[in-house]
Amino acid sequence: MKSLTRNILLTAALLVAGATSALAASEADFKAAYAAAEAANKEAASLRNQWTTTAATLAAAKKAAESGDFDQAVAQAKEAEALAKASSFQATSEKERWKDLEIR
Amino acid sequence: MASTIRVRATSNGDITEVQALIQHPMDSGFVKDAQGAVIPAHFIQELTFEYDGKAVFVADWGPAVSKDPYVKFSFKGGKKGDDLKIGWVDNKGASDATVAKIL
Amino acid sequence: MSMGKATSLVSAALALATLALAAPAAIAADTPDPVADAKAFQKYFTTKFPKLKLEDFVNGPYSMNEDLHRQWEEKEQFPPYEFALESGKQMFATPFKNGKTYGDCFPNKGIGIRQNYPYFDDKEGKVVTLELALNRCREANGEAPFSYVKDEMASLTAYMAFTSRGKPMDIKIPGDPRALQAYQKGKEYFYTRRGQLNFSCATCHVQEPGERIRAEVLAPALGILNAMPIYRSEWSGMGTTSRRFTTCNSQIRGVPLSPQDEEYRDLEYYLSYLSNGLPISGPGARP
Repeated sequence: MKSLTRNILLTAALLVAGATSALAASEADFKAAYAAAEAANKEAASLRNQWTTTAATLAAAKKAAESGDFDQAVAQAKEAEALAKASSFQATSEKERWKDLEIR
Repeated sequence: MASTIRVRATSNGDITEVQALIQHPMDSGFVKDAQGAVIPAHFIQELTFEYDGKAVFVADWGPAVSKDPYVKFSFKGGKKGDDLKIGWVDNKGASDATVAKIL
Repeated sequence: MSMGKATSLVSAALALATLALAAPAAIAADTPDPVADAKAFQKYFTTKFPKLKLEDFVNGPYSMNEDLHRQWEEKEQFPPYEFALESGKQMFATPFKNGKTYGDCFPNKGIGIRQNYPYFDDKEGKVVTLELALNRCREANGEAPFSYVKDEMASLTAYMAFTSRGKPMDIKIPGDPRALQAYQKGKEYFYTRRGQLNFSCATCHVQEPGERIRAEVLAPALGILNAMPIYRSEWSGMGTTSRRFTTCNSQIRGVPLSPQDEEYRDLEYYLSYLSNGLPISGPGARP
């Protein structure tokens, strides 16, 4: 009983810790998230398929970090990374699909 | 310096139709440049067309008129070969004027 | 972290699935047939708009909407591109510091030749557009190049287009495999979806000509470059083909390439070729 309760409490604590670690983002968290987003955007650049919204979201992330709101900054950086990855995905996924639109 | 006013006035004996294209930035004063600074207001405030010593068309303009404005209007009278005077003054005190023959 | 892995797995799975689905179409791997393409392209648009004559297509949205057409006809009596055209004529006649002129760089002194651009340069193995040729002319004569998107470049190309008004577009694709490749690349660019909005040029200009995107009436792709450069009310000024390509990219939330990058030159080559026979109407005016 006691060990089960302890397990449940431990699991609950870990889950909460997972949740709260996102809530209490640090500058280090931001820097890591931003770097990841930038790297993803660079990949998109090599494919010559960046989105304008990626750069805008990166800028928003930086701005939030500068004002000390690291939660927002991390959220924006992760959004930017998702946008960048989507744009890279688009570059490859659309490569053959143009034929569907072609007038023949 | 070349005139900022292009004008063509044609008379059918009864009515004269006038078209004019004026080169002017017509900055409203509400637009910011790439650096975020406001582009100062710079627009034509008064535009006048005169025939036979009388004003046949006067426009009081403001920031709502766009760049390189085009004007078209008609007035009664006006004979082929007569002069039509056009002039404008802007909010900076600059002006330009020209005279065109009615065709 | 585990979420990320799951997402990328899903993405990868989707990508594979898409590729697998696309494979059968890819098997119809074609050597490009520009003649057949042009025929099909013109047929598509003339069928869609049976009331239009072929040459009407060069007027873009004005041939798609009667009210717009009326306003445009009136505007053409006193067109907004007049200032740029006059400026262009003057610039064209003014010699460089070394005494040479633009005319010295072009066949027929640069008069009445716009309809031959872009062309495929076999020495260089690349497509050369009129804008590119003009800046190369400047640099070859010790002058600084102009921005590709507006102002002087627009004025110069406006004048050169004007000297070719009425002449049919006449783009040549030599029997050089690299020329065919450039044409094909241009075609692929035209139809490939991009930007966060996932639009291709074709999305608007093939699928929806005459329809509206927000307040604008969309132009058909056939003849779409014949009126360039254009005075666009939206820009409150002149813009070149480079300006239109780059701004279109950003409008669909794709970061534009640099003006005159190879993709854009190939795109211009493809689009111009398909409009062969349609008259040059530039410089033009657009909403």
